[in-house]
This record gives sequence, C-alpha cells and structure tokens, in this order.
Amino acid sequence: MTIVEAFKHLNDAYGINLSIVYDPFDRERFVHGFLMTLLLSIVSMALSIVIGLVGAWLLGGRSRLLKGATTGFVEAFRNTPPLIQLLFFFFAVSPFLPGAVNSAGQVTPLIGGVGWAIISLSLYAGALNVEIFRSGLEAVPSATREAAESLGYTRLQAFRHVVFPLAFRISLSALNNNMVNLIKTTTLAYAIGVPELLYASAAIWSESLNVREMMLVMLATYLLLIAGYTGIMNRVERALRMPGTDV
Amino acid sequence: MLSRFGKWAVALVVLTLACGHAMADDTLAKVKAAGKIAAGVKNDYRPWGFLDPSGQIVGMEVDLAKDIAKRLGVELQLVPVVAANRMEFLTQGNIDMIIATMSDTPERRKVVGMIEPQYYASATNVLAPKSAHLHAWTDLTGKKVCGVQGAFYNRGVEQKYQADIVSFAGVPDALKALQAGTCIAFVYDDTFIQSTLSAKDPQWADYEMPLKSEDPQPWAIGVRLDDVNGPFGQFLSKTSEEWHRTGYLIDLEKKWGITPSPFLVEMHNKYAAK
Repeated sequence: MTIVEAFKHLNDAYGINLSIVYDPFDRERFVHGFLMTLLLSIVSMALSIVIGLVGAWLLGGRSRLLKGATTGFVEAFRNTPPLIQLLFFFFAVSPFLPGAVNSAGQVTPLIGGVGWAIISLSLYAGALNVEIFRSGLEAVPSATREAAESLGYTRLQAFRHVVFPLAFRISLSALNNNMVNLIKTTTLAYAIGVPELLYASAAIWSESLNVREMMLVMLATYLLLIAGYTGIMNRVERALRMPGTDV
Repeated sequence: MLSRFGKWAVALVVLTLACGHAMADDTLAKVKAAGKIAAGVKNDYRPWGFLDPSGQIVGMEVDLAKDIAKRLGVELQLVPVVAANRMEFLTQGNIDMIIATMSDTPERRKVVGMIEPQYYASATNVLAPKSAHLHAWTDLTGKKVCGVQGAFYNRGVEQKYQADIVSFAGVPDALKALQAGTCIAFVYDDTFIQSTLSAKDPQWADYEMPLKSEDPQPWAIGVRLDDVNGPFGQFLSKTSEEWHRTGYLIDLEKKWGITPSPFLVEMHNKYAAK
C-alpha cells in the first residue's frame, strides 16, 4: 500500500481526512501556502530591520523634525492593530493610488495583495524594531561612544564600527521575539486574499470539510516553522556572544 | 519513549479528533423543550438573507426559517454564517439547521444531512465589468478571479479553467476587490449576481453576467447527520414538500423581487400533481 492509498484509507475507514497527503490539488495549495508564508516572513523581516535601523538612527540624530516624524510613525504603527493597518492599506489606500490599465481596459492596482501585506507587515514590525534598536543604542555606555569619538571617529563611523555592533548584540533577543511575532502575524494576510498558509488551509478545509485535521496540521506547521527559526537564531546568539558581558 | 510534552501533544490530537461526534440527541425534541430554534442564515446575500436598514436580518431564507419556527411553535434565533463556517457551526451544535444558500453536493453530504426536496437551485457564473469582454469560461484562464472562501465551485473553476482564484471571507470584501481591479471577475452563484444586477444600483451599471451559467446545484436545508432520517429531518422534509406544493416558495420569490426560477416551477408542478 502506498502512502497515498494509506491516507485515503484513513479517510474512508476512520474519517480522518488528511487530503493534503493524498489529493495532489490540496497538496499543491498547501505547499504554495507554506512558501508564501516563508516569502512574507523573510521579506518583511529584512525590510522591518532596515526600517528599525533607519528609525533608531534618526531618533539619535540632531534634526528635531526627523525625530518627531519618527516618533509619530512609531506611535501610529505600534498603537493600532496590525489587521486594521493591513485592511486600511488594502481597501482604503490602494484605490487612491494610480493604477495600470490591463488588456481588458480595467484599472488594476500596481501593488497587489502580496505587496500590501509585505508593506504593512514591515511597517508594523519596523515600528517595534525602532524601539528595540533605540533601547539597544541607549544601553551602549556613553563612555564607549566618547572613547570612539576621542579617537577621531566621526558620528557615522563611531556608529558603524563601535556603537551599532554592541547595540545590535544587546537588541538581539528582543529583536528575535519581535521576528517570531512577525512570522505569526503573516497569517493576517489571509484577510486580503493573499494565499499564505492560513488561506490555503481555509480553502482546503472549506472544500474537503476537514477542519479539525487542517487545524492540527496548521498548528504543527507553525510550531515547526518557528522552532526552526528560533533554533537558527539561538545559534546566532551563541556565535555573537560577547565575553565579559551578560549578553 | 515519548517525552512528557509528546504525551500531551498526542492526547490533544486524540481529543480534538474525537470531538464533534458527541451530539446525538434528537434535535426536534431538544428544540421543542427549549422553545427555541437556531438557524444559520446569510447576512450578505441579498435578497435571500441580508441586513435591512434597521440592522435586522431579513430575506427569503429568513422567511423560510420563520415559517419553520412558526410550525414548531418556538422562538427563532438567527445566526449569521458564511460558507466557510456554516457546517462547523451545525456539527458543533451552535445552530440546529442551515438555511444559507447551501448547495447540495456529494462531498458535503458526508458531513451534513441534506433535506429533500431542496428548496431552491442556483448555478455558477461571474460578475465582470463590461470592459473585460468575457465571452466564455476559458477567457478566465490565467486571470485573477475573486471569490468567496468555502464556495464549492472555486476548486472546479481553478481546475477546469486554470483561473487564479483570490477568495475573501465575505461577499462585500470580494465585491470591493473586484471594483478595485484586483481581479477581472467575481465568481459566485448566478442567483446572487442576477439580483445584484437587477437591483439597478449605479455602482454595478458597467458590470454584466457574461457567461453561460454552469454546474446547476440545488440548495438544501442542512441538518446534523443524525437528524436527517430522524423526526427533525422528516418534519423539515414534509415542510419543504408543502412549500413546493402550495406555491409558497414561488410567492416568496415574487415578494423579494427575485427573477423567477425554472426550478421552482418544475418542483411546484411535480408536487402539486401528487
């Protein structure tokens, strides 16, 4: 008996319907959903870290205007629910942006569901990263900074070579928490029709009518995905350990 | 040997899989004893189940649910459902029956009991802007098509015509996405599309239902599998037969301004002749 037949039998005989194993159509949807979740997670993580770094840099700068703007951004995105941000971008902002005209003469938005999901998730996690990096930067002793400057480093050089590496290491565990949260938040993209893991699972369970089985499969998949991520990051944290300090 | 965590995980899995088959009581007796029946209806499917300006759920299917409650002499509780959750609501016992534009398909019959005779029928079509110039289902190949999660034909349209279905939780979201140009068409029941277009709402003036309706399926009242051959199922079956025989469904169709359905005429003739 092949694996496919075994799982068909499991459904026919015991009513345990794991259609993602025996049905090629459901399997493909599930795999695509998983890859989309990975894509959303990786791209949003990268962008949110860039946003966090730029924001933290601006907060430490001299321009009051830029400081105020950054604080405003952080407060707006930290204090509103991410689902509402996503729906706001997709349903309220998108229609007002210029679109492209397709072959059918329809005006189609330049940024689709996937694009908005990435933008929205990056901004949300980015706002939190600004705060994480800021607290990391503040934890670097001012004596260290002054020492670098007295050696002739410019502000940017001191930041790049002395302050940032220390601050990044200090921020790492808080950053990891936020990134784990970001992976989980990608499920919100379901609401705007982005075919990520939850969307694919919902499509499968509402057609194959196997809600309980898919719930378990989804739970296990996220558990493994996040366990994989934290496993890698634990190694990174160990590799970047700073002897003589607590971190 | 399993770790402690592993044991708990296995227990959780077994427990979850074992749930959901616990409800076996006779629903008719339960409903009469409680003096209340809970019906799952749509609230985004004009004019079968929708919200009136005061926020009440009204429509043709709501009238049917009211009629059932009246015949039983019990109070009616309306629970709004969507395609993706209605069958779970029923099997979990949140509602006693589904009257929510649910097509009777062989896959669904494995999970819920379908009451015969079915009370309505619809087929699949698309709502599309006239400028899209759709003529055949194959025009959808490789195009993005909006849909609603849990509709049984999403999969068929995806497999047969290689359309790229982008499905949303509810009808309003999907329509909004269609208007925003996220997709070239909205695939749904032809009955809904027809009544949307015939309402003469200016926002749909440039839209049409350009294809030949496909895959007609009757709509049935859904009950728990244990009930379909029990007293509750028999009662509903007799009620539905009477609706057809007396022309009640045709009257309701007229009341709600729905384009007359050949299915109802055929069923009326069949049962009136008996």
